[in-house]
Amino acid sequence: MESQLYRENIMDHYRNPRNFGDLDSYDYKHKEVNTLCGDEVEISFKLENNKIKDIKFKGVGCAISIASASILTELIKGKTLEEVKNYKNEELMETLGISLSPIRIKCAILSLMTLKDSIKIKELQNVRN
Amino acid sequence: MKLETIKFNIEKVMQDFPILKNIKNNKSLVYLDSAATSQKPLQVINRIKKFYEEENANIHRCLYDLSTEATKNYEDVKEIVANFINADKEEIIFTKSTTESLNLVAYSLLQELNEGDEIILSISEHHSNLVPWQQLSKRYKLKVNFAKLNENLEIDVDNLKSLVNKKTKVIAVNHVSNTTGVKNNIKEIAEIAKENNIYLVVDAAQSAPHFKLDVKELGVDFLAFSGHKMLAPTGIGVLFGKKELLQKISPFIYGGGMIKEVSLEDTRFDELPGKFEAGTQNISGAIALGESIKYLEEIGMDNIDAYIEELTTYALEKLNEISGLKVYGKGHGIISFNIDKIHPHDLSSLLNEDNIAVRGGHHCCMPLMKYLGINGTVRVSLYIYNNKEDIDKLVESLRKAIKFFE
Repeated sequence: MESQLYRENIMDHYRNPRNFGDLDSYDYKHKEVNTLCGDEVEISFKLENNKIKDIKFKGVGCAISIASASILTELIKGKTLEEVKNYKNEELMETLGISLSPIRIKCAILSLMTLKDSIKIKELQNVRN
Repeated sequence: MKLETIKFNIEKVMQDFPILKNIKNNKSLVYLDSAATSQKPLQVINRIKKFYEEENANIHRCLYDLSTEATKNYEDVKEIVANFINADKEEIIFTKSTTESLNLVAYSLLQELNEGDEIILSISEHHSNLVPWQQLSKRYKLKVNFAKLNENLEIDVDNLKSLVNKKTKVIAVNHVSNTTGVKNNIKEIAEIAKENNIYLVVDAAQSAPHFKLDVKELGVDFLAFSGHKMLAPTGIGVLFGKKELLQKISPFIYGGGMIKEVSLEDTRFDELPGKFEAGTQNISGAIALGESIKYLEEIGMDNIDAYIEELTTYALEKLNEISGLKVYGKGHGIISFNIDKIHPHDLSSLLNEDNIAVRGGHHCCMPLMKYLGINGTVRVSLYIYNNKEDIDKLVESLRKAIKFFE
């Protein structure tokens, strides 16, 4: 069966998510939930020379959210914090290569939002300290 | 297998709905989301067109023929709706929707209550029959209690009764759950309300389109439903309220059209139902609602009830043959289910690729989802333009999706 939405790359990343799991030691860790549907993503990553050296994610949710998180962790390795902060939703969507309705777009960008929020939260904490 | 009890011509009815001709990927539309909104027959669409082409004018105040006729048509619909639910004409208020009707009751009723008074809702309420009461209770310092559900996911009437005390002033419950399609025993709840001088408010959004309602027989004080779930356009809803209660409570929305006299200092309000219809109403929507009720009554509400019941039974039979599929409750016209290991969003998206329209998610019932221990379901909802073939296509597409996700 062929699907327009659930293309081979999406199903591959859903069935065999890359970088799935926990990091023993990490610099950033954050979890977010899409309360509208219960999709959950937790991302942890480690920096070296200001670039993302290692990143892992855990999650429960629809195929789009898992596949997107998996693809994102591959894309984001080696990027600086600034590059991550400036990484746009549209760029992720382009990489996924599928056309999504507004509701499903939320599934797709959950992992990116979690990643960005982890950086924001740490920055806020640093300011407070 | 032919459905046995159809007493109307289903093929003819389906032909009245132009949207069913929608084709995608060589597949015609299988619309299974009528609980979200119903499709519209040509008769209703054409009535709206005729109104705007030949009859449009504002109502009630103007002095020319076009307006007089528009007023008469609007008022005639009040009569049609009143007869539809065995109420009096002045007990019918037009609103925008069930949600607005319920907000109207909540705002207007809760002003009358005292601090510490109590309200009873249920766990299976749609957010529109939960959030208004919840939020206004915070404002007026009232207490909200929630009746539990029994193993059939019906409101547990014994449990509801146990929540009643001297301070209970309002019970607000759904007639048919928009998520599970389970029907609640309103008559029994009404008896409890009557014995204890409690106002009973019923959300009839999912029952009014499906079977004959009789507000006197049910024993309700207020009842709300939406036009767009019963073949009429969006933007027109109904609130029924017992005359003596509507006369007592304050308006919710103020403005032109609901007054007798206005000075800078104060205002005398109009009589019923004008008091609750401020501003220009959805005149074309109301007239279309009249047309949709006529359409439904021509088929016969009992016939519709029987047909949907039989189609639901057929659907449940077929769905229960799918291994790994779990249905929640036994509903009328509405079926919520999940399939092992496949997220409702993924299932709904795959069905969409076969041009099958279902809903996936929490269905505006987050507390019910939490109670069931899930995040969402796939919901199928049936109406008079669905047939056995629609169910067969749904099942085929579900089986394909399961294989795809294996």
